[in-house]
Amino acid sequence: MRGWRRQFAATAMAGIGLGLGIMATGFVPLAEAQTRGEADRARKAYEEHMKRMDEAEKAPTAKPAPQAQSAPAAAPKAAAAPAAPAVKPAMSQADQDAATERGLEQYRRMMKEDPWSNPALLDADRGEALWTDKRGPKKVSLAETCDLGKGVGNVDGAFAEMPRYFADVDRVMDTETRILWCMENFQDFDSTAFRKSPHPGGGQPVKDVGAMATFIASKSAGMKIASHADHPKEKEAIALGEMLFFRRQAPFDFSCATCHAESGKRIRLQPLPFLSDPKEAKVVVGEWPAYRVSNTHVMTMQHRLLDCYWQMRMHKLDFGSEVSVALSAYLYDRARGGTSAAPGLKR
Amino acid sequence: MKKQMILAAFAAMLATPALSQEAKVDPLQAEVLLRFAFSQAPADWAKRIAQDETMKVCSAARNAPSTAEAEKIMATAKATIKYPEDGKLMGDWKKGEAIAQSGYGMRFSDYPPRRPNGGNCYACHQMTQAEVSYGTVGPSLREYGKIRKFAEADVKAVYEKIYNAHASFPCSLMPRFGSNGVLSIDQIKDLVALVMSPDSPVNK
Repeated sequence: MRGWRRQFAATAMAGIGLGLGIMATGFVPLAEAQTRGEADRARKAYEEHMKRMDEAEKAPTAKPAPQAQSAPAAAPKAAAAPAAPAVKPAMSQADQDAATERGLEQYRRMMKEDPWSNPALLDADRGEALWTDKRGPKKVSLAETCDLGKGVGNVDGAFAEMPRYFADVDRVMDTETRILWCMENFQDFDSTAFRKSPHPGGGQPVKDVGAMATFIASKSAGMKIASHADHPKEKEAIALGEMLFFRRQAPFDFSCATCHAESGKRIRLQPLPFLSDPKEAKVVVGEWPAYRVSNTHVMTMQHRLLDCYWQMRMHKLDFGSEVSVALSAYLYDRARGGTSAAPGLKR
Repeated sequence: MKKQMILAAFAAMLATPALSQEAKVDPLQAEVLLRFAFSQAPADWAKRIAQDETMKVCSAARNAPSTAEAEKIMATAKATIKYPEDGKLMGDWKKGEAIAQSGYGMRFSDYPPRRPNGGNCYACHQMTQAEVSYGTVGPSLREYGKIRKFAEADVKAVYEKIYNAHASFPCSLMPRFGSNGVLSIDQIKDLVALVMSPDSPVNK
C-alpha cells in the first residue's frame, strides 16, 4: 500500500515539477529527472496531468478561485500598453503569474478529486517510515518513545492540538520542535548540523524532521484546529507571538503586520492573508506544512516563518526558538476552530 | 555593556514568579528572545533587532500613535532628512524605474552585495501603466505628478516621503529608505523623477 502511494506521488511530483514548475518560476527542477527513463516517465505523467486539467477546465461545475479572476482581467491591459521602460521578458511577469495561478487552481481542483496527487504525500510517506523505523545511536523508533501530547506514539489528532505545553520540558512546543526534541532525547540524535541548516534549498526535498511533521500533520487532516491556550506558558507564548507579530525592526522597519494585518492587500500580484484576523487565519494557517510549487518542495511552518524574516531583512530564524514557537502559537491561536488541512498545496 | 544589562534584566524577569492571567509581554523580553533566536547572525546584525524610539512607539501603538506621539515621530524623522548638495531633487526616471522594480538588498542571501539595493516600489504601489504586476499595500501612484501639476512643493514632498515617510505620515508602513541607508541620495532623486517628471511613464 505504502509502496503504491509512493510511486504515485513520485510520478505526480515529476508531473507538477515539469508542468507548473516551468509556468511558475525559474526554479525548474528538470535536474531531478536524471535519467532518460525518468524524464520519459515524467513527461508522460505531465501529459496525462495536462489532459486531466483540460477536462477539469471543460467541466461545467468547475469554479475558478476568486484570486484567479482578477489576474486574467489585468492581462489584456499589459498587451495593449505601450512598451515598458524596463527590460521585459517575452511573457510579462503578470501574465506568468496569472498563468501560474490558473494552473495552480486547476491542480488544486484535481487534488480535491484525487487527494493522493499532492506531492507532499511522498514526504508524508517518508515521514511515516522515519517515525516508525528504529533509528539513531540508540536504535529506537519515535513511534515507541515520543509523546506528541496524545500519549506515546499516538499521532492521530496530535497535530491539530499543537503548539502545546509539554511538562517534561516545561515549555511550549510546536510539532517540528517536539519531533526534534524526541530525536535528540530518545534516539540520541546529534542535531548540530541540522540546526545549522534545518530547511531544504529550492528543489530539494523537505528534511527528515519536516517529513515527519508532514506525516503527523496528515494524521489530523480534516480535524478542527485546537491549539492549546490553557497553561500559563501557552498563554505566554501566544502573547509573545502577538507582540512579535506587530514588532517593527531591521533596516526596512517591517513587522509581520506590515503585510498581514489588513484584508484584500497584495504584494505584486500575490494576495496577502490577514493573519491577525481569525476569519482569514482559519483558512490558511491549517494548510502548513504545504507543497510549495515555486520552491518545488514541502515547506513547514518553521521554514515559512524563516522565509518571512528573510524578507523582513532579519537573519536565519533558529529552528525551535522561543520566537518561532511563539509566532506559531499566535497563528494557530488565531486559526483555532478552522480546519487542519495539511499538507496543503501553495503557490 | 548594553547587552549585559539586557541579559541581566532578562534573568531578573525569569526569576519573577507567577505569570499573570493576561500574560503581559515586556518588550524587553521580546528583544532578548529575538537575540537568542538568530544565533547564526553576524555580530553586526544585532542592531537590526534593537528598535529606535519611532519603531518602539509604532509597534506598541500598532501604527496608530497618539497625537503627541505622532508629532514627536514627525519631528524626529524630519531632522534626519538630508538633501542633495546641488539642490536638485530630480534625477533620471529610467534609473528610477529600475530601482522601483528591484527588491534586491539587505536580505541575508544578498551578502556580499552584488548590485545596488532596490526600492521594490512595485511590491506595494501601482506606478506605470505598463507594469500590471503591482501590489496594493500602498496607494496607487499612477499620474502622481500630473495630478499635482508637477509642483515644486510636491517634488520636495516626494523626496522627503521616500527619504523618511514618517516625516509626513507617522508610523507609515513604508521603509525609511534614506534615513535607514537603504537607498542613496542619487537613487532617491531617480525615484522622485519617476514619480514627478512629466516625461515619466508614471505620468503618461
